[in-house]
Parts: sequence; structure tokens; C-alpha cells
Amino acid sequence: MQALAELKEQIRQALPDLDVVIGWQQGFDALHTRPLFIRSEEDIDKLVVNEFCVVNPASYLRELRGGKKVGLVLKGCDSRSVIELLQEDLLKEEDLTIFGFGCNGILNHTKLQARFGELGFIQSIENDGANVTVVVGDNKETVPFTELCADKCLTCVYPNTLQCSHFVGEESTKKPESEKNKALEEFEKLSLEERFAFWQDQMRRCIRCYACRNACPMCVCKDHCIANSREPKWLSEEVDVQNNFMFQLIHVMHLTGRCVECGECERACPMDIPIMLLRRKMAGVIRDVFAYNAGTNAEDTPPLMCFKVEEPTIEERH
Amino acid sequence: MACKFISNEDITLWLEALAKDHVVFVPVDDCGSVTFRPLAEGRKPVLDRVPVRSPKEAVFPQNETLLLYKYEKDLEDPEHSTVRIKETLPKERAVVFGTRPCGARGMTVFDRVFDNERIRDPYYATRRENTLFITLACNKVESTCFCHEVGSGPADTAGSDVLLTPVQGGYTAEAVTERGGQMLEASVFADGGNKCAEAEEVKKATREMLGEAHDYSDAPEKLLAVFDDDEFWEEQAAGCISCGACTYLCPTCYCFNITDEATGTTGKRLRTWDTCMSFQYTLEGSGHNPRSTKAKRLKNRVNHKFSYYPDTYEKNIACCGCGRCIKSCPASVDIRAIVKAAQARGAKKESK
Ligand code: SF4
Ligand code: SF4
Ligand code: SF4
Ligand code: SF4
Ligand code: SF4
Repeated sequence: MQALAELKEQIRQALPDLDVVIGWQQGFDALHTRPLFIRSEEDIDKLVVNEFCVVNPASYLRELRGGKKVGLVLKGCDSRSVIELLQEDLLKEEDLTIFGFGCNGILNHTKLQARFGELGFIQSIENDGANVTVVVGDNKETVPFTELCADKCLTCVYPNTLQCSHFVGEESTKKPESEKNKALEEFEKLSLEERFAFWQDQMRRCIRCYACRNACPMCVCKDHCIANSREPKWLSEEVDVQNNFMFQLIHVMHLTGRCVECGECERACPMDIPIMLLRRKMAGVIRDVFAYNAGTNAEDTPPLMCFKVEEPTIEERH
Repeated sequence: MACKFISNEDITLWLEALAKDHVVFVPVDDCGSVTFRPLAEGRKPVLDRVPVRSPKEAVFPQNETLLLYKYEKDLEDPEHSTVRIKETLPKERAVVFGTRPCGARGMTVFDRVFDNERIRDPYYATRRENTLFITLACNKVESTCFCHEVGSGPADTAGSDVLLTPVQGGYTAEAVTERGGQMLEASVFADGGNKCAEAEEVKKATREMLGEAHDYSDAPEKLLAVFDDDEFWEEQAAGCISCGACTYLCPTCYCFNITDEATGTTGKRLRTWDTCMSFQYTLEGSGHNPRSTKAKRLKNRVNHKFSYYPDTYEKNIACCGCGRCIKSCPASVDIRAIVKAAQARGAKKESK
């Protein structure tokens, strides 16, 4: 990132008034970053911003609620989760300081793995924005960025951090590759039976680790989630297709109208289950029915938190 | 150890022969990720990737029915009902094919806990007795591999019955246990000949790729020294999202929950995996939770593996170094780095 030094300087100036600033730092290898919690000056130097900054820092806000002054370095998509949380009155604007930048997209580990084998075998990787050059053993391959980036980046219309306190560097001019998600379009062509068979096969693989839930910036129940409440007990401990699917449907329905499509749930899934298909579908329904796009404008009221006599998109039968 | 040879083509024949009287678990491409599934028509073993799920589930499945029960009303005395119980000990014989040495070593961690002089878990012990492990030595290593640091290595035989090593055109096969030796009597095996020297070279080269091993031997006491250092644990756990993926994929994590899953008057007593990373794990009936924060939970996971377990079981670390917890962690939490940080922190304190 060109303006990294400037970003660090902004954080340095803001830090005395903040409890923590959440960003990213280098992880255990060149392909991984991990969240960075900046509490002191020395921590600032660890900050990195690159195409491996996949984690959504807003996912940690839930734990930091209650008067803590929090700074966040956010990609455009991440910033939508903060706006949605503000709309829902789950955060206070005065507690937040947001550092924004123009994002050019992130790489997707699952796609890299499908293409090059285990990530841990990749020796080096270079990205010039348009192409990614990967070295594995004696092979060197160059692949277009769009084939390896996160799906959300292909349809991204908010590459620049929305509603931030500080913006660093130039705005991103990244344009969406397509309007709708390709995988969802393909999926919708299937018959109901085929869709059901697809999910049966996928849900069989779920290990109910709840990484999808815990990575979600909008999942606010977590420790008290109905999936593992014991009194009353809604879901069996049995990890089978039926219960796994039930859990997924609960997750999707509880997030409908709130989900900002950040993709963290699917990214976090160790079994690579394409659960974004469900989330994107429902987000589309909410856009169609309520003309509402979650987390894009702090002045909006989420459709499930208000009552209107007439919805602009629903024709009333009088 | 006698060394034999089996060609790539004959592997399939061998597995098919084993499948006649065993459930043969093989690593397969399962909608993109590699998991162990029973050998079946059209399922080709994937041997160049490390399975995302661990081989433990052949012996310690995520769901295990311990018994079936049924309530029956006493017709003479409707106030009372009797319960009938049916034991469901596992019977099937299984072979796990293509696990890595780290994964197979995980079974030795289980053995000490579930089958010792004091305790014998009949479900575990029966499956363990009925399951054979055919392990595949590694010829390349990943950035998350650290088997060599926890007393293992890319050609470790602990927990295995047979060790295969990839060589030109196939694999050399060495028996580790007597039962492994019997498996190698099958006609698909030829004498190893000069392949055996090649296999030794592969093992040596892979071990070299891992480089120098960090020494964890003083970890138990160093971890204890930082036990009450909340700042340390909060810092280490800051990125963790408390999901438990690390423990479910771990070949050495063995915590479980037991619940009665009822449908009307019948039901089953089920054992399912549990995880110390979850809030519910230590949630008491009163509502009090002694491990109320993710930092306390992560502290338990790390300490259990690198401190409590080695203290209880002759210095054996309850980690096989496979790196699954690191590789699949949504937040890239690195258990190696946490233990090292604890060791370094201890040292810092001492020097004061
Ligand atoms: S979706 Fe947009 S903002 Fe988010 S990572 Fe992709 S390009 Fe960046
Ligand atoms: S992260 Fe994946 S495996 Fe874990 S509970 Fe969610 S869908 Fe299932
Ligand atoms: S459900 Fe998934 S995509 Fe939607 S907000 Fe949560 S993590 Fe993001
Ligand atoms: S840690 Fe890596 S090199 Fe070692 S046995 Fe496991 S897969 Fe092989
Ligand atoms: S260490 Fe990683 S995988 Fe384990 S609970 Fe924390 S976030 Fe989940």
C-alpha cells in the first residue's frame, strides 16, 4: 500500500485518545495476515495493508462495546458492518474512529488452494493488481487477479471505506466485474431438487464449529446463540445433515436484512462450505422487497426495525 | 524393519482387497476440501494434500451412540415406567489409509487418556483395537508443519501399523506393528530392493526441509509461570474468535459431551465432540462460568497441550505438530508462537 506511512501517522496521532486500533499484521507466512490490536506506539509499526488482509476488523467490535474508544482500519466492505451496527444502535458513533482507504481487492485462500494445492506449499506470491504470480516448487504461474480474488470483490461497488474519520491515499477506482454474483446466478438455474441435493451434500460436511457464526460482525448473540443454548435445547448435539442445515438456516434468517455480505462467514469456514449463496440470496430479496442495502447509509433504518404503512416496493392490495 | 514395495497401480488393488472386510477410510476430494471418507466406487484417494479433517474420527467419531433407550409404561401401574437399555459397542473393523505421520501420532495421545491402567473407555478401546493405520510419510512440508518440534517427524511411525514412503513409481512399505506386517504379506507387495535406500533419502530430505527444531521442553513450567498474567493471555487471544475450529480439526483434541437425544419415548445417549474454546464448555448450572472470556479458554487449550498433559503423561506433548489449528484458524492464531511467547516472557521475568 502506497500510503501506509501516512496511515500509520494518522493512527499515531489518534492513538492517545483511543483504547485500541484494530488493523492487520503479518501472519505465520507470506499468505496470511492476522488481526493487529494497536495499544502502544510500537504496535503501529506492525501494521500491514495488503491483499491478504482478509479478516474484517469490525468482527471484534462486539467484545469492545461499552464505552471503549476504538479505532478501526477498514476496507470498504468491512465498513458496511460498522454502519449497520450503528443503524441498529449497537454501537455509538462517538466511540469510533475509522481509518479508511481505497481498496483494490483481496485474494481468496480457497481459490488459491484449489488452483495451487495447499497454501503452505506456495513459496512466493506477487500481485501487481492485474495479475498474480505464484511459485510452487519448480512451477511459476501467472493468473489474472479476478480468478483468485474474493467473490465479493468481483461485485464490489464500495471499494472505498464508507463514512470514515480519516481517509488515506487515493480513492480506489475499482469497478465491479459483474452486477450479480456468478455462483448465485448459476445456482438459481438449478431445480429445487438439485438445490436440495446440493445443500444435503454440503451440510453433510459441516462440523458445527461455528466459525461462520463467530466470524460474523453482525452475529451479536454468539455465546448465547440458540444453536447451543442448553435450556431450552433447540438443536440436537448430533452433527448430521438435518441439524447442520437447521443451524445454517437459523443463521441466515437471523441475519436477513442485517447481513452486509462481507463474506466472513464463508471465509472462516474450515470446510469451505459456500454458505454465501444463502446470504446473497436473502440480501437480494431484501433489496427487492424493501429497497434496502444493509450497512450503506447510517441514516437508514433497517426494514425489520421499522414499520411503514406503505412500502415503496410492495404494492398494497386495498 | 523389512522394507517392501508397492506400485501406484497396485495401491488401488490393495485397498479394494482390504475393503472386503474393513471400512477403508481414504482421503478424498470432498467438494473441494480433503476429508477421510470410506472407500467407494469413484472415490480416488488424494495423496498429495494433507486432509483438512483429522484421522481421529475413525476412532473417535464426532457422533457416537453409546446406548439406545426406550421408556415403557407399566400397564399395571401407569405411574411408573421402566427403561430398557441397549448397549451399542462398535463392531466394524476399519483401516485408515493415507494419514500423515502427525495425524497417526495423535492416536498415541488418545491412548494414554482413554485406555490406561485406571480407565478403559470401551467405545474408544474397541474402535482402536479394530482400526489399522496405514500412514504416508511426507515428501514435502508446509509452512504450518512442526511435527519435528513436538517429538515427531515426517516419517514418524508412532500410532501407525504400516508406514509408506513415496518413491519413483510407488511406495515402499514398512511394517510398524505385527498386524501391519500381516497386511504386507499380500501378493501386491514386492521386495523393496534398491527402493528402500531411495525411501531413506526421501525421509532424510523431508526432515531437512523442516529445519532446526525449536525446543519446547521447558514449556510446562514457563506456561505455568505466566498462568496468572492476564495481560499476556488477553494479548495472545485478541484475534481469536472463540469458534473451536482448531479443536475439531486437531488430531489430539479429545473432549466430548454426552447428551440424551430423545424422540418421544425412545432415544439415544450420544457422545459428541466438545471444545474448550466454547463458552458453554465450562458454563455451570448456576450460570457461573469460570472460563468466561476467550483469553481464559485459549489459555486452557495451549496449557492443556503443552503443560498439563506433559506433566501427567511422562513429558509427552499433546500436540502432533500437524498445524491444522493454525492453517484453518479464521484469524491465523498460531499456537507455536503463543508457546514461544510464553517461554520468552518467562525468560524475561527471570532476568529481572
Ligand atoms: S469487496 Fe471491495 S472493499 Fe471489500 S475487499 Fe473486495 S474490493 Fe475491497
Ligand atoms: S464454519 Fe463451516 S463447518 Fe463450521 S459451523 Fe459454519 S458451516 Fe459448519
Ligand atoms: S452473514 Fe456472513 S456475509 Fe453476512 S454479515 Fe455475517 S459474516 Fe458477513
Ligand atoms: S507436520 Fe507436516 S511434515 Fe510433519 S508429518 Fe505432518 S504433514 Fe508431514
Ligand atoms: S484459535 Fe482460531 S480456530 Fe481456534 S477458536 Fe480461536 S479463532 Fe477459532
